[in-house]
Formats: sequence, structure tokens, C-alpha cells
Amino acid sequence: MLLARLRREVAGGGTTQTDARADDAWLTAGLQRAQLHEIYAAEAADGTAAIGFAVALALAGGALPVLWVRTEKDERQAGRLHASGLAELGLPPDSIVLVVAADEAALLRVAADAARCTGLGMLLVESRGRAPGLDLTATRRLMLAAEASGVTVLSVRIDAAPVPSAAATRWGVAAMPSVPLEAEAPGLPAFDVESLRRRGGPAGARCRVEWNRETRSFDPCPIQPVAQTALAGAGLPLVAGGAAARDAPASVRRSG
Amino acid sequence: MERLRATRPHLFVGRGESPLAFVETVGNAVRLVALDRSALQAGLKPGLTLADARAQVPELEVFEGDPHADLDWLERLADGCARYTPTVVLRPPDALLLDIAGCTHAFEGERPLAADVEGRLARRGVLARHAFGDTAEVAHALARFAGAPAPDEQRAVRRLPVAALGLDADDGIALTRAGLKTVGDVMARPLATIAARFGEEAAMAVRRLSGDARAPVVARKVAVPVVVERRFAEPVGRTDFALQVIADLVADAATLLEKRGEGGRRWEAKLFRTDGQIQQLRIETGRPTRDPAVLMRLFAERIDGLADPLDPGFGYDLIRLAVVLAERLDTSQLRLEGGESGEGTQAGEVAALVDRLSTRLGRGRVRRFASRDSHIPEQAELMLPAAAPPATGEWPATEPGEPPLRPIYLFDPPQPIDSIAAETPDGPPARFRWRRTVHDVARAEGPERIAGEWWRRHDAAIPTRDYFRVEDQRGRRFWIFRHGLYVETESPRWYVHGLFA
Repeated sequence: MLLARLRREVAGGGTTQTDARADDAWLTAGLQRAQLHEIYAAEAADGTAAIGFAVALALAGGALPVLWVRTEKDERQAGRLHASGLAELGLPPDSIVLVVAADEAALLRVAADAARCTGLGMLLVESRGRAPGLDLTATRRLMLAAEASGVTVLSVRIDAAPVPSAAATRWGVAAMPSVPLEAEAPGLPAFDVESLRRRGGPAGARCRVEWNRETRSFDPCPIQPVAQTALAGAGLPLVAGGAAARDAPASVRRSG
Repeated sequence: MERLRATRPHLFVGRGESPLAFVETVGNAVRLVALDRSALQAGLKPGLTLADARAQVPELEVFEGDPHADLDWLERLADGCARYTPTVVLRPPDALLLDIAGCTHAFEGERPLAADVEGRLARRGVLARHAFGDTAEVAHALARFAGAPAPDEQRAVRRLPVAALGLDADDGIALTRAGLKTVGDVMARPLATIAARFGEEAAMAVRRLSGDARAPVVARKVAVPVVVERRFAEPVGRTDFALQVIADLVADAATLLEKRGEGGRRWEAKLFRTDGQIQQLRIETGRPTRDPAVLMRLFAERIDGLADPLDPGFGYDLIRLAVVLAERLDTSQLRLEGGESGEGTQAGEVAALVDRLSTRLGRGRVRRFASRDSHIPEQAELMLPAAAPPATGEWPATEPGEPPLRPIYLFDPPQPIDSIAAETPDGPPARFRWRRTVHDVARAEGPERIAGEWWRRHDAAIPTRDYFRVEDQRGRRFWIFRHGLYVETESPRWYVHGLFA
């Protein structure tokens, strides 16, 4: 049903949304193992989406166990990790080792050390703000370590503008309205992903995906019209009028 | 051979004048298990029900019997008795046997030794009775059923009541009914008839008390901690040499541990400087190990992570290495010979990394999740040091097709938000402000009602929380809750507790 709708969209033209299979290929080709990848969230509020996307990527690539590095400041300000929530994304809490570094310098040291550990599947480096330490030199070091050890390194940079780096790919991730369930309940995690840079390949593709925990894969996710129900009293404009109109069949799931 | 026996090792002895008793629930009845002297004088006996005992002695003070604590106490007494002899045998619930053969010279005889034991125990408030005997059984029986003084040991044994044989209650009664009141009476009969009528054990007990047979004595063994040290005739002024010495000591300790089939989990190196200062290096591993290479790498990490570098000053004159915590570790084959050593496997690599990071950053900074049995979200899970052995716990199962119902970030404490737009009763806010940003709620699900743990706090009513999963116009998903129902609180506050992906 979803595929048919997507095809219809493509036939209608005008969106960047492509065929589901192409979508998936694009994602898997994007994430090569034993490389450094960067995931950017331009705004602090999109940080959770970026982290969720990173976890989903780790699961899609089957890269376990995960060593997760963050700083103490993040732990205080951005909230601590909640294992039950991570488990509901599909990441077993037993396969996570969390390292809370005192500052950015310690974070980099831990990352450099962990990237060399062949037993790990993925190293997730979470940083907020400008993080000047994660520069070209540091990222090249991480890249070399990753290539040697086979660990996939994901650097999630929240609230930061892209800087030159040695990463294989760079993605921009933002939160996206989900496909609602019955009674306007928020649905599966949905991400608005843009390929910002790709070494040796074209970049600039953009797709909207939702994470399917059961199949460990990304499904294409159409843009959802919002603010059409009783809750819409606040009265914001629709995201995109055209898209909303085209997505009208989706509203059968909505109650009342 | 001589034996001593300590009786009634309870901390409560000498608490007050009123009779004391310890009780235990046997079947449906609460029965006395142990009594103090005044209670015995009042005519109470172990085995009596508490109700009967109270009827006889209304002022009886009663404590719940705790066999584990008694055993602990006995172990501590046994530790103390190590000053008299290396062979101390526990006879629970209340006896200690000391094999003092060849150990009396320090006390100039057995009687001064026994007096010393009783004196020391009396200072701790323990009432002890002792007896000497040729065998463990004889000493035990004499101490427990001390009667009138007898010219020699054999005759003293013969005067003991049949209960001293240590048979079960029915056999004891049967012996008494048969007219055999003392051990001597039983000994006078041919053993064959005793064995025929009361069983093999009765005959064996008689033979043991008469000294014909001996029961094996199993002395308690206290594991000696592994400590190795090296003293220097001349102070050592170079740090690298000191490190070399630590490496040698680690190798020595590893050999000792290997003999015991153990591996160390916590190691402590102490460097004693000539000027009296002591520098300590502690390392810890997640799994027991005795691999010197791994341990030296950890020590190097530890030295790197020190706030002040190791300063030999005028030199070290003693370096001591102790294995503070050792656990069982069976010998494993070397990888070279086809075995799978812990280092080579994937899990082993991660464990080694965790050890390295814990050593460098501190134990608490490298963590693993552990679940707890609680429905309060922030209390349902713990972060434990990853170096500690992994905790086992169940994680809530997920429904296929359901979106995540718990956030990936959790705020502890929850962060207050301003609910701006009017909401329907018991519904989520239509608009709220958090961190100076206004969020318009587009979709919501809830409430999921989580009540406080009223069985833990009795002083005040704990407000119920109504949780909502909400998504704003831009697709950010929050987990917010209202603290208190409208019937409970006048104007309940709203909080954001977590963020969804």
C-alpha cells in the first residue's frame, strides 16, 4: 500500500521521494562498516532524532556491541540514557557500554582508544555544541583506527555546523512528524535524513524514513499532514499543502 | 588432645536480669530454641512452645532466632581462637573445638590456656564452658553435659546422661525407657545388642565416646590473601625500575594465584618511600585474571591517569603488591596451543577495553545498564560500573508493531514545563513551553497512569503521574506528565520526563 502510494507520488512528480528499494540501497550504501560517519543535527532539539537514527543505523548494520561515549555535561543537561527506550528501538541494553567522559579531551581519548578495539561493533561518539576537538586531524585518526579494527564509528554532532572532516559520509538528520496510529497517537520513529556529503559518490539525496524495529530496516515515510484534528486548536499552517492533499488516503487511520 | 567449648554465643547475653529466650517457628508453633541461664533456672526448656513458656514465666523476653547470625558470630569467635591453635573446628550451633596438641607451651599448660580463652570471651560478654578430652567427641560431650567432677576422663564420660550420645530424641527416650540412664550404662551392654536395637549410629556414638573410634575432624581453613613484597637494601630512586619490580611481583603473585586456581580482580600496589610516604596504585578488572602483561598495561594506565606523577623522592625501600579480591579462575589453554584464551575473543577484547577505560577514567565512568524491579521510570533501571560483574535482569518485552513507549533520554529530575493552552480535563496540553521554546502538540497518546509507590512512603500521599506521549508540529516527540490528578492537587504541574527518537 505504501509502495503504491509512493509510486503515485513519483508519478505525480515534484518530490524527492523515490522508490522504496532505491531508498534502502541508498541507506545501506551510505553506511559502510569500518568507517567513520558523521550525523549532524543542526538544532539542539533534533538531537534525539539524530541519536535515534544513529542507533537505528547500528542495528540495521548489525554492529553490536556498542560503546557509547558522551560527556558529563551532556549527561546533566540532555538527560541520561534510558535503557528501556533504547530496548524499544531494538538495541538490547546488555550490549551497551556507556562511558561518561569528564570533558571533550577525555571524550576524544576514549574514542581513539575504543576505535581500536576489535571486539566492538560500533562506537558512538555523542557531542553537543561546537566541539573544536573533533577536527580534521582527530577524525582522520578515528577513520584510520576504524579501518584497521573494523569498528564502525558514528560521530553524532548535535547543535553543530559541519566542519571539514575525514568522515566517509555525513548526514543531516531532523525530527519528522510520524505516521499517526489510531486516535492520533504518535507513530513509529520517523527521521528526515539528508546526505550532506559522501566520499566518492553523489550527495544531496534526501529521504524520509521511519524505523522498523522488527525488520531492522528503514521504511519510507510520507510527509504527514498535521494539525487537522481537535488538537489543532493552536492553528498552525500545514507543512506543505500539496503533500497534505496527496496524502489524503492516509487519513483513514485517523479517528474522528 | 584437648578441646574447648564455647556455649550460647549470643550477643545479647548479659542484657538484663529478666530471662531471655530465642524462638523459632517450627511448623505452626513458635518454639523456644535457646535459653539463657535464668530462663533455664525458671524451669523452661528448649522445645517448649512460646505460649506455654509465657504462661510459666510471664516476664520472659523473646528474640527471633537467627541461625545465620549465630554462625557468623561463631566464625568470628573462631577467628579469635586462631591465636591458640591453627586447627579450629566449628561445631554449629554453639561449639568450637580447638586442637591444642603442642600449642600449650605459650600458656604454660592447658588450664591457663582455657582460663585465657574464658577470660577473653567473658570480656566480650560470652559465657563459655570448656572441657578437655582425648577425642573431639569426648570433649564436646563433656563440655555440653558437664556434671560432677570425676577422677579421670573415662569415668566422667560414663557419668554423662544418654543425651550426650547425640542420638535423635526418640532413640534417647527409648534408651532411658530401657533403664539406661547414663553413657556408662550403655557402655556396659554388649555393643552388638545396642546396634541391633538402636541402630548402627548408636553403636558408633558409643564407640566414639569410649575412644575406640574417631570421627574425622575437618578444621576450617582461612584463605591467606596473596601479598608479595620486595624490600631493598638501598632505596630505589628510579620509577622505571620500580615498575619493573611491580612487574616481577605481579608475576610472583600470578604464580601463587595459579596454584590456588584463582585470578585477581582487584590489585593494589603500595610503594613505600623512605620518608614515610606511601603511594598506592589500585587497578580492577572485570574478570579475574593473572596475566602479567594485561595487569602491567593496567598499571601503566593507572600511572598515566594519576593527578601527580609518581615521585620517588629519596627512593622507595619497599614495594608491596596485594591481591585484594581474588576469584576462581581455572587454568586455560594458551591460544598458541589451540585453546581459546580470554584475550582473543570478542567479548574478551571488550572486557579488556572496559578495564582499561575504568582504570583510566575511574570505575564509575564506565557503565552498564541494569534493570530494577520498579514501575517508576527513573527507578526502573540503574547504571552500574561496567567493571563489576554483569547484573542479570529482565527488560520489558516489546510488542511488535508498537512504537517505542519509553523515551531514549530521561530527565532525572524531570524538567518543569509551562502548559500554555487550555487542555481538556485529563488530557495533554495543546501547547507547552520548554526551554524557552513553544511546542504545539500535534499528536498525543495517553494517559498512562503511574501511581507512586505508596507502600514505601507512609507520611504523605504521593501524587499520581499521568504520562502522555506527545509529538509537536515539527515531529519532536516528548514524554510529558502531569504531576497529580485534579482531584489530588489544586493545580498540578506539568513536566517533561523524556525525549523520544
